[in-house]
Amino acid sequence: MRLYRDLTIRQKQIVWAWAFLAIPIVFYTVIRFYPTGNAILISFQDWNLLGARTWTGLDNYTTLVSDPVFWQVFRNTFVYLLLGTPVSLVISFVIAYHLDKTRFMHGFLRMLYFLPFMTSAVAMAWVWRWFYQPVPIGLFNNALASVGIPQISFLNSTTNALPAILAPAVWAGLGFQIIIFMAGLRAIPRSYYEAARIDGVSTWAVLWEITLPLLKPTIVFIVVFSSIGFLRIFDHVFNMTTNNPGGPLNSTKPLVLMIYQTAFSSFDMGYAAAQTVVLFLVLLAVSLLQLRILRDR
Amino acid sequence: MAVAEELRPTSDALLKSKAQRRPANLGQFVRWGLLFAGGILMVMPIAYMISTSLKWPHEIYNLKLIPDEPTIENYTYVLEDGRFFWWFVNSLVIATVTTVSNVLFDSLVGYTLCKFRFPGRYIVFIAILSTLMIPTEMLVIPWYLMSQQFGWLDTYWGIMFPGLMTAFGTFLMKQFFETVPDDFIEAARIDGLNELQIWWTVAMPLVKPALAALAIFVFLGNWTAFIWPLIVTNSVEMYTLPVGLSSFGDEADVAWELIMTGAAISTLPTLVVFLIFQRFIIRGVVMAGLKG
Repeated sequence: MRLYRDLTIRQKQIVWAWAFLAIPIVFYTVIRFYPTGNAILISFQDWNLLGARTWTGLDNYTTLVSDPVFWQVFRNTFVYLLLGTPVSLVISFVIAYHLDKTRFMHGFLRMLYFLPFMTSAVAMAWVWRWFYQPVPIGLFNNALASVGIPQISFLNSTTNALPAILAPAVWAGLGFQIIIFMAGLRAIPRSYYEAARIDGVSTWAVLWEITLPLLKPTIVFIVVFSSIGFLRIFDHVFNMTTNNPGGPLNSTKPLVLMIYQTAFSSFDMGYAAAQTVVLFLVLLAVSLLQLRILRDR
Repeated sequence: MAVAEELRPTSDALLKSKAQRRPANLGQFVRWGLLFAGGILMVMPIAYMISTSLKWPHEIYNLKLIPDEPTIENYTYVLEDGRFFWWFVNSLVIATVTTVSNVLFDSLVGYTLCKFRFPGRYIVFIAILSTLMIPTEMLVIPWYLMSQQFGWLDTYWGIMFPGLMTAFGTFLMKQFFETVPDDFIEAARIDGLNELQIWWTVAMPLVKPALAALAIFVFLGNWTAFIWPLIVTNSVEMYTLPVGLSSFGDEADVAWELIMTGAAISTLPTLVVFLIFQRFIIRGVVMAGLKG
């Protein structure tokens, strides 16, 4: 105690700072940094969880590159991204743009759009799975049948299943994006709009020349945030295809589901770890690319 | 607080003046109608989930939103078997403990990085921030091995440990502590409070809205978390609600009214909380989204 009392105010601060950070530093080291290194290490090894860990160099990566399932999965993951991100961005912007101009029951409308964000992905995956069932069970096909339109095979079709699984993921995320867009719209100074009105600029020109350019930080945030979400899609796919995860014929399988199956169904830890490293690199590349493109322009 | 919040009066005032100048024309009416229709469409899946959970099996195939003979039979059946009760308790305990831990540690670290000047501060900040780039999925295999080694598989601790602190929360709190004037902290120091007391009694009460926003995010995230609890649990009584519902859905097969009941049980708590604290939660989400 005397030792502490002899310190200067500045030295005391340093002691307090490190005391406050002690537990978190241990946490981040043991639960974040060490496992990251370990995952990379395991990706160069062959290990089935029970036997010995043997060093195999780049074997896991070469297997991965020559695995047709991996390329199918890789393609699927990017389809989720390239379909989900623009669709949700456009829908949420259109809704936010109009909702921002609506005053009557504004709070109520906003609540309706936001509600799905508060649901659990697993629960909603099961609800949508029920919607997609063939007649006489599924809601969508029943509705189609009642107006005489032929049945659509949703989850059993190799072409329709992926968009069908993507739909609830987009749906659940809209509310968040709308709220963020509205906050972005409100942060645009009103004087810009007033100046445009005095100059007699058309609504479209205002949208393209004022609103969208000034919303760029918001758009960057939403694009990066939703891209990361779609690249990591898992809950919806797993729960809507539990009888044949990632099916039919791997047509809906994203990278995270492949990782899960390789690690916890086949117990091929080395191979799964190599896939996680690929996921990490993809996420890193996509976020950096988007930040670059959207920031510079 | 957020810029958006400060500008809200201006924009509301403008909307009002505009509305007064130009009474509802056809365009505005159509806009409102379409927005309303879209909003109803958005909540349809939730409405059908609740509706079906209140139907008898023979009624689930019709499209009616209001059941002819509503029943709570499905709820008594699902809850009677006891599993959902345990899954509910597990989820509640895990989400609550994780939320408390995040609120305490993320704000402590955020506060330290924001208000203290010490060698290594920048490195610690960058190190924590860099973990944002590491996807959870990359860590599940090493976490699983750790859990296996230390006997954490199938325990509450095993489910909780990866999420006890988050870089997102730390960054969020650091941003908000910037708004706390240094003078307050200096004054408290002169009054003879120690640093722990200053953090807890001076700084923390000033960032309450941010703490609430963080708590909402962490709670919701852990309440709905799926992949890690799925991996780390293996006995039925240790499942969380999402993991339990997933296995229950498989087992119930075509008994959709029971699956919808299970889905409703795991969704309604967060929906009810949202409906009560709606304005507050939306503001919190915006704050967390824009600052984080």
